[in-house]
Amino acid sequence: MQRFLSHRLTVVVVLALIVALLPLVFPSAYYYRVAGQVFVFGLAAIGLNLLMGYAGQVSLGHAGFMGIGAYAAAIGPAQTGTPVWFWVVAGSALSGLIAWVVGRPILKLRGHYLAVATLGFGILLFMVFTNESRWTGGPDGMPVQRLELFGWRVRTGIEWYWVSGVLLVLGAWVAGNLVDSPTGRAMRAIHDSEVASRSAGIDVARQKLTAFVISAVYASVAGASFALMNGHLTPDVSSFLRSVELVTMVVVGGMGSIFGSLVGSAVLVVLPQALTVFHDYEHAILGLMIMLFMIFLREGIVPSLARRFGRRSA
Amino acid sequence: MPELMQFVFSGLTVGAVYALVALGFTLIYNASDVVNFAQGEFVMLGGMITVFLGLAGLWLPLAAMLAIILTVFVGLALYKLAIEPARGAAAVTLIIITIGASIFLRGIAQIVFDKRFHALPHWFGQQPLKFGGASILPQSLVVLAGALVIVVLLYGFFERTLFGKAVLATAANRLAARLVGINTDVVVGFSFAVSAAIGAIAGLLVAPITLTSYDVGTLLALKGFAAAMLGGMGNPVGAVVGGLVVGLLESLAAGLISSKYKDAIGFIVILFVLFAMPNGLLGKTKVERV
Repeated sequence: MQRFLSHRLTVVVVLALIVALLPLVFPSAYYYRVAGQVFVFGLAAIGLNLLMGYAGQVSLGHAGFMGIGAYAAAIGPAQTGTPVWFWVVAGSALSGLIAWVVGRPILKLRGHYLAVATLGFGILLFMVFTNESRWTGGPDGMPVQRLELFGWRVRTGIEWYWVSGVLLVLGAWVAGNLVDSPTGRAMRAIHDSEVASRSAGIDVARQKLTAFVISAVYASVAGASFALMNGHLTPDVSSFLRSVELVTMVVVGGMGSIFGSLVGSAVLVVLPQALTVFHDYEHAILGLMIMLFMIFLREGIVPSLARRFGRRSA
Repeated sequence: MPELMQFVFSGLTVGAVYALVALGFTLIYNASDVVNFAQGEFVMLGGMITVFLGLAGLWLPLAAMLAIILTVFVGLALYKLAIEPARGAAAVTLIIITIGASIFLRGIAQIVFDKRFHALPHWFGQQPLKFGGASILPQSLVVLAGALVIVVLLYGFFERTLFGKAVLATAANRLAARLVGINTDVVVGFSFAVSAAIGAIAGLLVAPITLTSYDVGTLLALKGFAAAMLGGMGNPVGAVVGGLVVGLLESLAAGLISSKYKDAIGFIVILFVLFAMPNGLLGKTKVERV
């Protein structure tokens, strides 16, 4: 039983079941939209979790990569008339390339220095998206063309629910395989002790960089989906607060838990939606909830629950 | 040349504010290893509480005093209610707690106060002083003098008083400090209180020039953090230098190149500095023990 629960295929099957069965309890189309957002941010959080939970490196600028993916999917088709899906791929490649180039010097830094460098990188991208209004429409944002797949135009919230659900399951499957591969084991070794893993012959710098690039690609795909889903894009997608949200999703759900990233995303996406009832109190309550989660469930929801029920979850 | 002087003056003024925010970061970080992203909210509270107590009819100097005292209480509450219960949590968890606190304080501020911009009256009028062809607001001199007084007082406190030594000892080695009988909990609480006070003072000094609103804290915290890291985390002198450097570069870049990326300058600089010097300008190289 224990072994079965922690098996990587179990996570994928459970996620697929959740995606497939959730609509049974949805009373309206609005729920599809919210769930679609949960899946999209869950995807970004899974990627960031590979970096934070497995390789043990923090990034406070990951929304910047969401921005690259989102703006590639928005600007590319509008300027060149080429298909949208091509730009989703191109944006991800670009994100990966940028992560590879900046990652080399940045990942040499440690602790708070790494935090401030990634933060600065994210803010820089945010400012580019805000200031280059000729391309991005500035703070007011820009319209985004619809995604077309094999002649199918993905438009409604319900259609996007399925597309983002499939992306999420795919992302979890790839992440699960990666974690169980030599690369994943090397990453976890680095998390535990850099010096020990170096003496065991692991190329620490390369493994960190790999995790950084992969997590950037995840964020980029998530960002593109987010833009295409909403049909409109503002620089907010890459703001500092978004980066904080992503980090919070990973930590709230549980570092090193793929399933936890989805839970964290659900909490951070659904909570503000539920809080809009309170109008002015929205921010105060959100801040309060973040603090309470971190103080009382500091290991994250999924690991904390798993411990309570005496099992180890994936 | 007068233009250049002008940029230098305005850069030093904002730089002094960044320096004070960075100093607040450093004090809390040294005492508790916590990077307090709610530091910018202290600045906001200092300005906003003064404004609203003033609007309520209070004599402004009294309003300013009350604002500092209230902000200190907020700082202590932050420590007692949010940081202390999470003792022993991972660094990233603590960072998220303080970011949560900053969102919370901003949310409260927009309810208790409002979402508009507010100004405080200049202390010595708005007639600019001429200085080498450049003009400088008297209030800028007030900000610079205020920052200088705070730095000198802190220096004296650390060098001349027993309690100051206790704070330094706690920063150097918490366990050893406890072993020689220093109450480290009091020291950490004290650091939060002093940081809050410094933030509040910065906020009410600069409010006449830059205006204040419920959300001025975010960017200030980020730039203050960048400034503290630029100087080398945990180094008070580095924090002040880092703050002034970020302020100067921002102002020069805005004036000489383009104001579009003014807010980005600090971060661009810090990226390059960290690539060359991974421990900041004045940071010590750390040897990692296994």
